[in-house]
Amino acid sequence: MSDTAAPRARHAKHARSSGPPSKPPAGPSRGGRAARGAKPAGLWGDAWQDLRRRPLFIASAVLIGVILLMAVAPGLFTSVDPYDAATCRLGDARQAPSALHWFGTDNQGCDTYARTVYGASNSLLVGLCTTVVTVVAGGLLGLVAGFRGGWPDALLSRVTEVFFAIPSVLGALLILAVFRTGTVWTVTFALAVLAWPMTFRIMRAAVITAKSQDYVVAARALGASNRRIMFRHILPNSIASVIVVATINLGVFIAAEAGLSFLGVGIQSPEISWGLMIADARPRFLEAASPLLFPAAFLSVTVLAFIMLGDAVRDALDPKLR
Amino acid sequence: MNQSTPPFPAWGIPDPVRGVTGTEPLLAVDDLHVEFATRQGTVKAVNGVSYSLNPGETLAVLGESGSGKSVTAQAIMGILDAPQARIPRGRIRFRGTDLLRLKEDARAQVRGRRIAMVFQDALSALNPVFTVGSQIAEMFRVHQGMSRRDAEARAVELMDRVRIPGARQRLHDYPHQFSGGMRQRIMIAMAIALDPEVLIADEPTTALDVTVQAQIMELLAEVQRDSGMGMILITHDLGVVADVADKIVVMYGGRIVENALVHDVYRTPAHPYTKGLLESIPRVDRKGRELYAISGTPPNLLDMPPGCAFAPRCPYRQDNCTTEAPPLYRIGSTRGSACHYWREVLDGSHG
Repeated sequence: MSDTAAPRARHAKHARSSGPPSKPPAGPSRGGRAARGAKPAGLWGDAWQDLRRRPLFIASAVLIGVILLMAVAPGLFTSVDPYDAATCRLGDARQAPSALHWFGTDNQGCDTYARTVYGASNSLLVGLCTTVVTVVAGGLLGLVAGFRGGWPDALLSRVTEVFFAIPSVLGALLILAVFRTGTVWTVTFALAVLAWPMTFRIMRAAVITAKSQDYVVAARALGASNRRIMFRHILPNSIASVIVVATINLGVFIAAEAGLSFLGVGIQSPEISWGLMIADARPRFLEAASPLLFPAAFLSVTVLAFIMLGDAVRDALDPKLR
Repeated sequence: MNQSTPPFPAWGIPDPVRGVTGTEPLLAVDDLHVEFATRQGTVKAVNGVSYSLNPGETLAVLGESGSGKSVTAQAIMGILDAPQARIPRGRIRFRGTDLLRLKEDARAQVRGRRIAMVFQDALSALNPVFTVGSQIAEMFRVHQGMSRRDAEARAVELMDRVRIPGARQRLHDYPHQFSGGMRQRIMIAMAIALDPEVLIADEPTTALDVTVQAQIMELLAEVQRDSGMGMILITHDLGVVADVADKIVVMYGGRIVENALVHDVYRTPAHPYTKGLLESIPRVDRKGRELYAISGTPPNLLDMPPGCAFAPRCPYRQDNCTTEAPPLYRIGSTRGSACHYWREVLDGSHG
């Protein structure tokens, strides 16, 4: 009975809140530590309990929440509609920030603040969609290739090597040239096609590591099926690195969209995106810095928020760090 | 009880207490060969191993690393690394059915339910991202389709049974929050969850310190007594074997070199390797004297010597040892020794 103190403390809490310990705990959420000790929640449930108490997660979630709101309902943040050409006056071009134009105006005399707010939607859409597609496609294929080995692995690995050989800018140029028009969806498609092999590789490596672990052999010896081993034992133990890379990639995708817009094959004016704004402001940067700095700052903060979120999620998924 | 001397069957040693005439043993490994294809060539890890196990019996499989003892167990479980491992010959009969001839899905029915396994290092054998409760409960949920709540109640019962203090409170703890001994108890709980008929314990105490080793062995013996299952205890530690095992199989270079009832082995080893193992146990009454060690190194499984695998290290070696591989000589109703000079070894240990 010389056990550690923590479980005993939890025991006391548990006994107080749900009567005799011989009865299975039935009450719903009791919040915090007691809830974790008393109520089975599973991997994701426990991770969520842990996340809620992490300042890093709360900060990143608030930031992402604000940016998402900006993307969904830009009208809440500004009364100016930058898609209406009448709001831009060429005579007001490259003004410094003022009470009227918080972030100043750009080369066309449009309000930079309004454009930044409205640009969130396209930039986030490209970043999020590309990330989701690469994680799902690359992750699943990596899981299968790593787990099965043999010819599926050989085939998929050779295919990804072909993609790695294509310089990404040239590849994206080529794909987008086929589509002729640059929209959110064609840019997402081009980026996803070129980026999934990276996720695939990371997932495959993590799966191969996890596959040879003793607990996978033990699970098999105790009668777990292949599917169960794949999704319950291997996936949760190899997803962490993919999540981290995905959150970093999210920022890379938003920036890549900016690069493609700059090259003239990405999202095109009159659409607004942070990348496009940065590209537009670049030639006159020395005369007017604000049309470049503000969307760039928003881009950086968004990327930072997602990276923080990824870090927090990864830590929460590792029970040893709780 | 022991009406007639049973014939010495090809698959192993007869059980002197229950006898084997007419009845099929619970588990019988018969002339098992296992090979691994590697870049350097074919590694012959197991070369014609035969042993048998009856219900309620504990068979100790003893041998150093690379002797093939774990590979034999993995072959029984059907968890050998698929592409590299091959079983060119042999049978593994479980209640009369040859497991090696079964289809994979029929085999999966046996795994975990009827034959279960305890691993050496419970920290790495438990999934780090799930609570121990959910891992034990998983056994019931997957194999018996129990509801989450029922499965958890059973998990608590099991944790009590393997003597984990405060089982209910520790249900939602993670493997790394337990000590080594407690983790091994959890591993045992998972293995006995579905009342298997055979439990294979692969070096269950090697990763533990000595006091905990004794507790775990005691627990395994007790669980076995209660359930009447057969147990195969794989170990390289002779000290662990004496108290719990009924009979013993000593393996060297992928072959069985001696099989016997456990007390016979301790009293009079009939193979030079067994003798060497026994003499290399540190003893208080020989304190101050140099510890005995078997000279030389285990054989290279890629390139086995033509004769007896132990010959290069053997103090009893004669000329024919390096050319003729000794068969498993029957040297009594319950014993066998794969040594041409087993008589000399037996005599020598008397003096």
